[in-house]
Amino acid sequence: MTRMALSDKLAILSDAARYDASCASSGTARRDSRDGKGLGSTEGSGICHAYAPDGRCISLLKILMTNFCIYDCAYCINRVSSHVRRARFSPDEVVQLTIEFYRRNYIEGLFLSSGIIRSPDATMSDMVQIARRLREGENFRGYIHLKTIPDAAPELIEQAGLYADRLSINVELPTDNSVKAYAPEKNPVTIRKAMGDVKSRKEVAAEKSYTGKRGKRFAPAGQSTQMIVGADGSTDATILGQSTRLYGAYQLRRVYYSAFSPIPDATAQLPLIKPPLVREHRLYQADWLLRFYGFGVDEITAARPDGNLDLEIDPKLAWALQNRALFPVDVNRASKDMLLRVPGFGTRTVGRILSTRRHRGLRYGDLLQMGAPVKKAQPFIIARDWTPGALTDSANLRARFAPPPQQLSLL
Amino acid sequence: MYTVPLPRIGTDLAWRDAAKRLIGAAIPPQDVLWDFGGEMGELFATATPLPPPSRRIKAPQSFVQMADTVVWHKDPQRFARLYAMLWRLRHETGLMQDRADQHLAKLRQMEKGVNRCKHKMKAFVRFRDLRQGGDRRSFAAWFEPTHHTVEPTAPFFARRFADMDWMIATPDVTAQFVDGNLSFHPGQPKPDLPEDGAEALWGTYFCNIFNPARVKIKAMTSEMPKKYWKNLPEAQHIHDLIAGAEAKVQKMRDAAPTLPPERAKRIQNRLRQQKDGDQ
Ligand code: SF4
Repeated sequence: MTRMALSDKLAILSDAARYDASCASSGTARRDSRDGKGLGSTEGSGICHAYAPDGRCISLLKILMTNFCIYDCAYCINRVSSHVRRARFSPDEVVQLTIEFYRRNYIEGLFLSSGIIRSPDATMSDMVQIARRLREGENFRGYIHLKTIPDAAPELIEQAGLYADRLSINVELPTDNSVKAYAPEKNPVTIRKAMGDVKSRKEVAAEKSYTGKRGKRFAPAGQSTQMIVGADGSTDATILGQSTRLYGAYQLRRVYYSAFSPIPDATAQLPLIKPPLVREHRLYQADWLLRFYGFGVDEITAARPDGNLDLEIDPKLAWALQNRALFPVDVNRASKDMLLRVPGFGTRTVGRILSTRRHRGLRYGDLLQMGAPVKKAQPFIIARDWTPGALTDSANLRARFAPPPQQLSLL
Repeated sequence: MYTVPLPRIGTDLAWRDAAKRLIGAAIPPQDVLWDFGGEMGELFATATPLPPPSRRIKAPQSFVQMADTVVWHKDPQRFARLYAMLWRLRHETGLMQDRADQHLAKLRQMEKGVNRCKHKMKAFVRFRDLRQGGDRRSFAAWFEPTHHTVEPTAPFFARRFADMDWMIATPDVTAQFVDGNLSFHPGQPKPDLPEDGAEALWGTYFCNIFNPARVKIKAMTSEMPKKYWKNLPEAQHIHDLIAGAEAKVQKMRDAAPTLPPERAKRIQNRLRQQKDGDQ
């Protein structure tokens, strides 16, 4: 076999990595290299160094170590039964690419995942070796995200957590049955066990021992997972229910939703659809409401009988339209929880309202001045000089927000 | 009437020092002219020396923080606006919490603009390897910021790229980091930087991480506005990526499902045997 050029490998192995939605590099421990003995820093929020025409942030060098894989997951371009060109980076190549890209300020760090070669343990230990060389050989202090292979030995996952900022283990599909159907070699129980292991290692590392010393830091940016949306028949209620359980049971930082999108050399098992991007967007909005706005899954998914989110309007507005009896709310009196439920109001707007109303009563113009999206909120609020009157209960309120029906285009 | 000269480098400290002296002497905003980088010329220069520093002047912490950012905005009115706000704060306690005050809202908006510019600078500076040999590696970049953000953003680069030397040249101010020391110099025209082979690899990455099935151009341009493209090596690929996306996806759809390659069966059989063996 002739040796493949580095740029060819990079093309194949980044192409293979683009179906992973996460590119986050935020929320890890603060580090810098002011001592002059290393390279890199992490400071709270991550940085998107570029945006691709798919609108996604490019923050990390997101690559596969190899796209050879012995598994046969139907939705995946790297499955053993696909004809995609295969390539494999040497550990040195990954280390050098990461460092050289980082020095030129292209990236915040590395997101490394891999197809499974030989065995889960062999693959995971190669990945750990790369992370170790970055940290110990190159004194790299930027961000490292390792996608963990759930079947790998717990010791390897433990080592991974010592070098990486974030670990992720993908649950892949929303239900156990779908995993069995489309990822036959994967076992949902093993996946959950691996997530549980990561969670307890993190807890142990956070505890102080009797000497008052803290254990070594373990994956300070926590763990995340990804679910593919639209490949199986799961409803949004099922998906969000699964997310809620995952957030609760494994203290995940994020659940990523990835709209199933066409891959080259697809299997006959999964139809190639137009990726459900709007659905993916609504799921992220709903996920946000669950985590930061005090909503429950049932509230959000109750608006429609089929258990799916309304694609035309955002989930908070859909909820408000279903619960008009609770509105309008008075911005000068309502509780914080209730203000957070007003369509259009985000945490920032609510913060500004609370801070300003301590000094004086708020008028409609004040809300405008502080940058609140008043147009959306106006049927649902009362201010000093504003009341929506019959607007709140008017029959055509939904039509004001939903986009006009579009001409359908051919797929 | 006071005319206060403010230097291009060290603007923040100079403004703060002058503002403290003026407030201390109760000089109202209409009696102060702010002259940034000598832009006003001789015409308005007055010889009136600033009042001496007086007793400790107090201002809300939130104002001080906001002022430290707003001084880097490109709006010529920024110093006067800040001083007018400081003037009002002498008597209007709680003004900083009033998110509906028009003047404060304007300053907050300017603050946001500067913060965004700082953030974009952290994101979009692209270094090239100068290949100079020696113990420390050496890199340089050309960047065109919207506001005067080189000085407040440079410490970020110093914390991050501390084991190498670097320079960020801009038309406004140039930052240099040599042997661990950060210094600022007047702006300059675009320097000739040597070609860097890593840019082609970075372009390869940019093209392949893009998913042609999910084109969302507005989401890209709102975060990576076109004004930055000319200094981003990867941006030269954007046009072709968008133009070719439809065809690529159509090709995927049209391709008939293929039979698995021969080796797939062998690998899968081995895997199954292993699994059975384990149980
Ligand atoms: S294990 Fe499955 S999802 Fe992962 S690379 Fe292999 S085929 Fe793809």
